[in-house]
Amino acid sequence: MQVPDHLFVPMPKQAGNAEAIVRPRQTFWQAAWHNLTKNKLAMLGLIIIVLLALLATFGPYLTDQSYTKQDLLHANEKPSSVHWFGTDELGRDVYARILYGARISLFIGLMAALIDFVIGIIYGGISGYFGGRVDNVMMRIVDILYGIPYLLVVILLMVVMGPGLLTIIVALSATGWIGMARMVRGQVLQLKSSEYVLASRTLGARPAHIIRRHLLPNALGVIIVQVTFSVPSAIFAEAFLSFLGLGIQPPRASWGVMANDGLPTILSGHWWRLFYPAFFISLTMLAFNMLGDGLQNTFNPKQRR
Amino acid sequence: MLITLWLIVTITFFLMHSVPGSPFDRDGKEANATVIQNMMEHYGLDKPVAVQYLMYLKSLVTLDLGPSIAHYPDSVNSMIDRGFPVSLSLGMIALVFAIICGIALGTVAALRQNGLLDSFAMIFAVIGITVPNFVVATMLIKYVAVEWKLLPVATWGTWKHMILPALALSTGPLAIIARLTRANMVEVLTQDYIETARAKGLAPATIVFKHALRNAVLPVVTLLGALIANILTGSFVIEKIFAIPGMGKYFVDGINNRDYAVIMGTTVFYSALLIIMMFLVDIAYGLIDPRIKLHKKGA
Repeated sequence: MQVPDHLFVPMPKQAGNAEAIVRPRQTFWQAAWHNLTKNKLAMLGLIIIVLLALLATFGPYLTDQSYTKQDLLHANEKPSSVHWFGTDELGRDVYARILYGARISLFIGLMAALIDFVIGIIYGGISGYFGGRVDNVMMRIVDILYGIPYLLVVILLMVVMGPGLLTIIVALSATGWIGMARMVRGQVLQLKSSEYVLASRTLGARPAHIIRRHLLPNALGVIIVQVTFSVPSAIFAEAFLSFLGLGIQPPRASWGVMANDGLPTILSGHWWRLFYPAFFISLTMLAFNMLGDGLQNTFNPKQRR
Repeated sequence: MLITLWLIVTITFFLMHSVPGSPFDRDGKEANATVIQNMMEHYGLDKPVAVQYLMYLKSLVTLDLGPSIAHYPDSVNSMIDRGFPVSLSLGMIALVFAIICGIALGTVAALRQNGLLDSFAMIFAVIGITVPNFVVATMLIKYVAVEWKLLPVATWGTWKHMILPALALSTGPLAIIARLTRANMVEVLTQDYIETARAKGLAPATIVFKHALRNAVLPVVTLLGALIANILTGSFVIEKIFAIPGMGKYFVDGINNRDYAVIMGTTVFYSALLIIMMFLVDIAYGLIDPRIKLHKKGA
């Protein structure tokens, strides 16, 4: 079929400059944040975490009950308007103790994750960047340490150092940095061979500069995911240690200790002694896991598990 | 593998010997100095640490894990002899149950993606991951055993005694397996070869079992090592709650009694067990998946 020439009409030029980028430029972090806000579960997780953090910070001002005050006349009372979550066998207010426990549990989780983060980045960064023999030696050490079942080492350390807040954090991070170091090293190894690093090196940048300015910011997404998952596992490990009697010592209380104290009372019907601590442990685990999954999807959509 | 094991033995030994005081310190009670001296000699504790270390290594080579100090004539070996079969059967039941149910749950969830069954399965998986297993165990005791009187509460004996502890022990691994299987299955089902199989007119069951499941389950094998470790540490808690006379109970009792010989012996035993398991899993993975080469350095 022939189309006669007069049917062809030139398209009018559109107003404005077609070359200009209309949308505002997004940095990597803006894009990541935008992506994350679209994930409802992850946002819910984030909101819960923020709320828990607020509770832990301002908790003691939210109740007029003391977490240490014993009142044997009101022992094992049901939740009421005075004692929101009931009282334990010494008449201590469970709500106040939960608020206080939030501090301890979150503190343990965050500190353990922070220490893992720092040691892991330094160790993994150096190992991955220098490669070759340095990498070989450093990774051989990590491989050997990796084979050691970590909870056994934590238990061992706790037995030796004696239970307490500081020793829990030390014991958990003594084993936790290994996973982080392996992951950072893998990331660095992968990023090291990219063109912009080559360009930077050609221009005479020092190793420290390259690691700080190029490698770490680009690996940070994956590292953040790892940190998000290591906070709840530290909290979980603390609950486990408390169960073995190696946790926080009284009068301090963490959720793990409270749940453990509440275990035997479940048969006598004092359900609130176990329910509230267990609920908060699960809620925290859930929130961090949801946020972690969301971050995982944002930062490395290919590596979804 | 041997280096790791040696490292563990060394770490354990020196950690245990860095603890202040001797195992014969009894708070408040003054023990006769000669008695202590004799006991120290009996256990070889009067020798320099280096000599004790060599002695310990020597006895380890002959698989002798040393005596228990709190329960005198009992040795760590006899504790393992008694406790390990119990723990092993409990652990195996839990593991097999977790693998079968986990894979089934994950597969069903993936096939009915975003359906009602999927939501149900994933909620279950989330609960399994987020709720500590001692809470699960207590709930099971409270309802199944005490309120409904369906099964015996505690101790060990008939198969009925095994159900609740095995169930409580398997929830965590089950949930992890279910999640992983679902994620893999969803991905595998979009692959070209599944499309091909469907185009050939194969029955849906054949496609799922012969083509999809095999590939989806592969990554689960890599997780086996971690799952075994999970079940092992879980067994400390579960055995204590259900009063099961297994290894875990001896270990926890050892911790509570500060019986360093028992802690040391069981730690070494557990570590050796886990390391060997991990090694076997690595080999098995190489055999199952021909794409993995054993001599290649793992990333």
